Amino acid sequence: MNTSPMPGLTTQISIRKFDFYYGKYHALRNINLDVYSRKITSFIGPSGCGKSTLLRTLNRMYDLYPDQRAVGEILLDGRNILDRGVSVNELRAKVGMVFQKPTPFPMSIYENIAFGVRLHEQLSRVEMDDRVEWALRKAALWEEAKDKLQYSGMSLSGGQQQRLCIARGIAVKPEVLLLDEPTSALDPISTMRIEELLNELKEDFTIVIVTHNMQQAARVSDFTAYMYLGELIEFGITDEVFVKPKMKATEDYITGRFG
Amino acid sequence: MATKLSTWRKFKNRMALTLAFLAMSFGLFWLFWILFTTLDLGIASLSPKLFTQMTPPPGSEGGLLNAIVGSLLLVSLGTLLGTPIGILAGIYLAEYGKHTWLGRVTQFLNDILLSAPSIVIGLFVYAIYVAQAGHFSGYSGVIALAMLVIPVVIRATENMLLLVPNTMREAAFALGAPKWKVIVKVTLRASLAGILTGVLLAIARISGETAPLLFTALSNQFWTLNMNGPIANLPVTIFKFAMSPYKDWQQLAWSAVFLITMGVLALNIIARVIFRASKHT
Repeated sequence: MNTSPMPGLTTQISIRKFDFYYGKYHALRNINLDVYSRKITSFIGPSGCGKSTLLRTLNRMYDLYPDQRAVGEILLDGRNILDRGVSVNELRAKVGMVFQKPTPFPMSIYENIAFGVRLHEQLSRVEMDDRVEWALRKAALWEEAKDKLQYSGMSLSGGQQQRLCIARGIAVKPEVLLLDEPTSALDPISTMRIEELLNELKEDFTIVIVTHNMQQAARVSDFTAYMYLGELIEFGITDEVFVKPKMKATEDYITGRFG
Repeated sequence: MATKLSTWRKFKNRMALTLAFLAMSFGLFWLFWILFTTLDLGIASLSPKLFTQMTPPPGSEGGLLNAIVGSLLLVSLGTLLGTPIGILAGIYLAEYGKHTWLGRVTQFLNDILLSAPSIVIGLFVYAIYVAQAGHFSGYSGVIALAMLVIPVVIRATENMLLLVPNTMREAAFALGAPKWKVIVKVTLRASLAGILTGVLLAIARISGETAPLLFTALSNQFWTLNMNGPIANLPVTIFKFAMSPYKDWQQLAWSAVFLITMGVLALNIIARVIFRASKHT
């Protein structure tokens, strides 16, 4: 398996000799993977393969749960984010996340976005207005939401809520955006809009997406990692992984013979 | 064969429905009887005098003003004292102590406190406060009522916070928010309506409590706002007047019963309206 840096690309995150445990259960084994800057990397694999687990280590979400433990190296901007000295809140300002189910906070659309920004920056009223508009435009929600910024975020449709969550994530201006099956709770049209959106967002952000929908991985991502039973089976340029996979296991999965 | 089976099933369904309906009617029957009696006997003596005059000596005219004001004082101060403690403890149980030893113990003790007979609370406050101070007082009544409010509010806060989906918590953490901010700005806000409902139900519960006040605030025939002495209140006045042989006192007791019932009914309706309204935003 080739994990050496690809020519012409900047590595944003490199995962080295990474293991993860849920209590005693060894969930991820010796993962080595590079995530390239301003590209979309997708993690695919059958349920329980560890793709979400791996994603949730990139912003140390597992820190919330005392029995979960990570060993190894995840370098972001040359720093091992697993080190004890790393400020988790600063890390999460750099690495945003969008979840499977839309999770608008119980506050107005405007406040939903301002909430995250206020945690890390002190902006004037005008600057904050600009930031909210910028984030909503980036998330292709501005036209629908501009007249109801003071409405509850819960009043939006499911697809709009998910775009609000994306806007909320990018408003903090992270370097990396993690998406954990962001469209699995959405209808096909909302899904399409989010996929189009991801294509625009990758100009500014490095994107990592977990999906159980292989067509989605093929459509949106530049790189694909296929995982199975806690191991990284194959990683490479999406077209190559899907058209001529190096590993038999990958081929079996993507051709639908299994999984 | 198939029709026979479905006839049998329909029969069973009708049976279950009938039994459930009968049980419901039985329960509601008493409730409506109680409501009807309070209305019937309470309304008869309803007059502006209730709100302008003090509790009278037997045989003369009077109202319930000192008892109403006393009850309002005791209930509002008891709520003000108990609610913050209850909410903070509920936050601890739901957000911090979920898997800790201290959390489990607190939860268990709270369950006991929740089902403790209110007379036990009354006697407890009598022993630790009233007996030490040497006199009955409004303050001791406030403490006893607060001790009834606390477990109800703890339970409501804990349950409502646990209803907040964990994904919402994670989403707030994922933005880089520290834990206290996640709780104050997101999870507490998401469960505000439920907690408020719990507080209102706690108020409804303590407005009618007699036993804890009997040993603490006692009662007072006269107007007073002095919380360091015995103070009039509706429940103990009802107890005293209803047990008396005087017709006019008994009538005033029914008026007081009517006032409390209406107050509690109103609180319950408000709680429902708030809870329902919050689901539509």
